[in-house]
Formats: sequence, structure tokens, C-alpha cells
Amino acid sequence: MSELLKLAGVHTHIGRYHILQGIDVAVAEGQTTMLLGRNGAGKTTTLRTIMGLWPASSGEIALSGERIERLATPDIARRGVGYVPESMAVFSDLTVKENLVLAARDGPLDDARLDWIFGFFPALRRFWLSRAGSLSGGQKQMLSIARAIVEPRKLLLIDEPTKGLAPAIVMALIECLKEIKRKGATILLVEQNFFAARELGDSVLVMDNGKIVHRGEMAALAADVPLQERLLGLSLETHQ
Amino acid sequence: MMILSGDPPRSRVLGLILVVIILALAAAPFVFPGAKAMNVAAKICIFAALVASYDLLLGYTGSVSFAHTMFYGIGSYAIAIALYAMGPNWAAVATGIVTGLPLAALLALAIGLFSLRVAAIFFAMITLAVASAFQVLASQMAWLTGGEDGRSFQLPELLRPGTVLIPKSLIGFELNGRTLTYYLVFVAAGLMILGLLRVVNSPFGRVLQAIRENRFRAEALGFRTVFHLTYANCLAALVAASAGILNALWLRYAGPDTSLSFSIMLDILLMVVIGGMGTIYGAIIGATIFILAQNYLQALMGVASRAAADAGLPLLPGLLHPDRWLLWLGLLFIASVYFFPTGVVGRLRSAGAGKA
Repeated sequence: MSELLKLAGVHTHIGRYHILQGIDVAVAEGQTTMLLGRNGAGKTTTLRTIMGLWPASSGEIALSGERIERLATPDIARRGVGYVPESMAVFSDLTVKENLVLAARDGPLDDARLDWIFGFFPALRRFWLSRAGSLSGGQKQMLSIARAIVEPRKLLLIDEPTKGLAPAIVMALIECLKEIKRKGATILLVEQNFFAARELGDSVLVMDNGKIVHRGEMAALAADVPLQERLLGLSLETHQ
Repeated sequence: MMILSGDPPRSRVLGLILVVIILALAAAPFVFPGAKAMNVAAKICIFAALVASYDLLLGYTGSVSFAHTMFYGIGSYAIAIALYAMGPNWAAVATGIVTGLPLAALLALAIGLFSLRVAAIFFAMITLAVASAFQVLASQMAWLTGGEDGRSFQLPELLRPGTVLIPKSLIGFELNGRTLTYYLVFVAAGLMILGLLRVVNSPFGRVLQAIRENRFRAEALGFRTVFHLTYANCLAALVAASAGILNALWLRYAGPDTSLSFSIMLDILLMVVIGGMGTIYGAIIGATIFILAQNYLQALMGVASRAAADAGLPLLPGLLHPDRWLLWLGLLFIASVYFFPTGVVGRLRSAGAGKA
């Protein structure tokens, strides 16, 4: 399977802090790659560095073979990278419709695709003309994901989509992400919810202190409790 | 609804207040024919457009600019210098317009490209520095601008007060060049405000709102925010310069105090905050409240002070003495910001939404 995204020896500094310390990442096309690790390991920084929000201080980032580490964030987004930041990042003053119209950027909304999205998130149809700021936490997260998939994207970078959500909504989100995956999307997914990670991940990267400390198949990690405990300090079995 | 670009006042009380203000301004030459009342009405029209253009920046993009009076001054001086140098004809008016507007837009473009790609505070500081430099320049280039005295000029004949268009004997009131100038100001200001409503309710306006809320998030969606912010800065500058042109035409004068003074900038800030940021309608409300208070509070306090003295009340006659009008104006503004943190429009809209 070809590599859609490749990071080679990427370092990122934020102020005087050296966050990413030479990471190598490969995300295969059509697969969901999980990025796991303890808090502060550098997972969010990895996604933000790929998006150009915190530029890499050295190293190479390639998307479909094209170097993107020196590109501005809008140019990276325009090459087909969708980004779902953590913490329900919607535009609160705009309506649900306006949030999605913005995400479609240059063209009108595709009705068939909207219906597909409403299939996962019926609440978005119900609150179509409501201000996004008035939605519940779960609905905001749905909108945030809907914004990333309202147009077909080459690559989706999703940062902790299940964080702070009720279990029922987590299940709905997992189903949605599975469906997106079935449609052939390539996803790099940061997740602290190990149940979600096991359900969604094809391959896994584990980070610690700004470095990749493990790479392999998600199923293999899910089956290896001692390895989970060594890498993450806990096991998947106890976090379902 | 079409004319308001699908963005109605969304509050019955607000709608009613706006209708009353617009009708009063439309009928001002006939209902309030005195020179002071006409000046106040024209100033409300001009400032409503000027403040609306500032609202595009502050309310819709979150950018704080101190150069807005500079663009206003560029428009004023451009028309004043052209009419002063070329004489009172329409070619001079056209020259002033085709010189002033592109100059304002180019300066806004340069400031935007130079400073809008970095932190918002840098943009504010740059605009402050450029505006201060421009004020000094206008004062020192006396051969062109008239220095501290400014430039007085004559209007083309059609717009002069002495030009009678329709005599009083025909319709019961005289329609002269001054009335025509007033309606020029009224219609142009109205068109500019409607144009700004169109802009903020367009997809471009939605991007501006997204940038105001979270610039990085907007960039992650693929929007080149520097382009959007710079474009908004140029549009705001164009409207401000147009308002400056109207102001100079109305006053038949452009000078540092009426066109470039930093106190105008503070007035604009107060008007946009009082009216309500990010609403456009707030500009009309803010300009009306502020300019009415500025012009009539002193006289009103004189009446109140005399009435209190006649009634033999202690302290009040002194407190309400007309000389203390600035103190009361200040208190009025503090109270309005305290009680209407989202501005009059924001408050009325949320009250309307609460009822619904």
C-alpha cells in the first residue's frame, strides 16, 4: 500500500521547548493510523506540524510525494488535508449551515454528501439554522467532524474526537468514523480512548517525549497487554 | 429583506428605532430646517457610514485600527484640494474622488499586507504610527493642505445654498443646493451602509467572522486569512474615504480638526461600542445617540438646571450646570457600556430573542 503522508526526521520547537524530536511517520493510503501516547507526548503537535500551524524546524513532510513542510496552512488544507482539532472546534457565532458552507470553501454543498452526513449526525439537520455556539458538546464535535468530511479529503487529521463526550455519543462517532473509513478515507487519528483506538485503527504509532517509541499493527498492540502496559502505562482491557 | 441582504434587525424595537431614525433623517430638511439641526442630521448620516465601515474591521474581523480617521481625512482632503485648486466644477469633484479613493485603498493595502500577517496588536500599532505620521504630514505640507487652517472651497453651483432648485412658492418649501447636498449625503451614506450589510452577509463576511473567532481554524479550512483581512481593510478604507468626501462636501472645508483629529477616532470607537459591534445596524444607533448627545446634551442640561433651580432643589442646579456637560456625557457612555455590554443592538436583539 502506498504512503500518502510521510514524515522524516521532523523536529518542532515551540519557543524554547523542543517538542518533536526527529519523528518518522508513514500513513498508508486508505488506512487509519492511530497516534497514541500519554498526555504531553507530542501527538497534537504532530498534527499541528503537519498542518503547518506550528512549522517544523527541520525534517521533511511529504503528502503524495510532494514536500509540504514549508507551505502555509491554507495551502496544505487546499491540497486535501482536513483537520479536526480537539475541543469541539466550531465557529460558535455562525450557524451549523454556515460552518459547513465555510468548510466547502469554493463550491456549493453537495446534497447527497450532506444527506450522508445527516445519516450519522441527524442532530445537525435538526439544528441546521441554529448558532453552533448553542449546540451541546457532542453536537459540536459532530459538526467539527462533519466540517472535515463535507468535502472529500485526501487525508483527515483528527485530534481526540471522543474527548469529553458521553458514551452513547462516542459510539455514534466511532460508527461514523468507521463509515468514513469504509469509504476509503485515509485518517491519522489521535485518541486517548483505547476502545475507540482498537475499533478504528489499522496501524498504530505510540509516542513518548516527542519520539515514536513503537510502530506496528493496531490489532497486535490490542492483543499484547504487557506491551500496552509498557508503552502506555495501562492496558486496553481495563479501558473499555 | 433583499435590500437588507437577509439580515433584518431581528428585534421589533430595534426595527422601530431604525425606521424612526431613517424617517427623521429623510425628512430633516423639512421637519428640522435650522442650520444646526441640518448639520447634526448630515453628521449622523456621515458618521453612520464611517462607523459602519469601522464595524467591518472591529466587529467582523476583530482588527483594531487607529488609521480610520486617516482614510476619512484622505477622502476629505482629496476633494477639498481638488475643488480648491481646480475651482468649483464637477471635474474637480471627479478628480477628488478618483484620487482620494484609490489612494486610501492603496494605503490600506500596504498597511494590511505589511502588518495583518502577524499579531493583531502589531496591526494596531502600525495603524497608529501611520495615522500619526499622516497627521503631521498634512499639517506640514501647508502649500497643499492649508496646514492647520485646512482648505475652504466652493462647491459646484448646483450644490450651493444660493441655488434655488424649486422655489418656496411652488411646493411650500424651498429646495436649494444645500438641500440637494444633504440628500446626496443621505443617499450615499445609506447606499454605503446597505453595501456593507451585503458584504458582511456574503460568504466573504462569514469567513471574516470565522477569522475573528479563530484565525488558525479558518486557515486550517484553507482560507488565506491575510488576503481576507487585507481586503476587508481596503473596503473599510474605501467607505471611510467616501464618508470623508461627503463630510468635506457638506462642510465645504477640510482641516485637521474636522478630518484627521485623533478625537474623531475615539468618537468612532465609542459609537461602534455603544451601538453594538458586529451588527452594522449598531453604527446607525451609535452615531445617532452620540451625535445627538454631543450637540444637545448641553442645552438639555441648561433647561434641567434652570428647572431644578426654580424648584429650589439643592445641589442639582450645580450638578446639571451646562458647563458640566462633558462629565455627564462621559458618565452616560460609561453607563451605556456597563448596561449594554453588547451595545444597544446586541441588547435589543437578545431581549427580542428572549421573548421569542
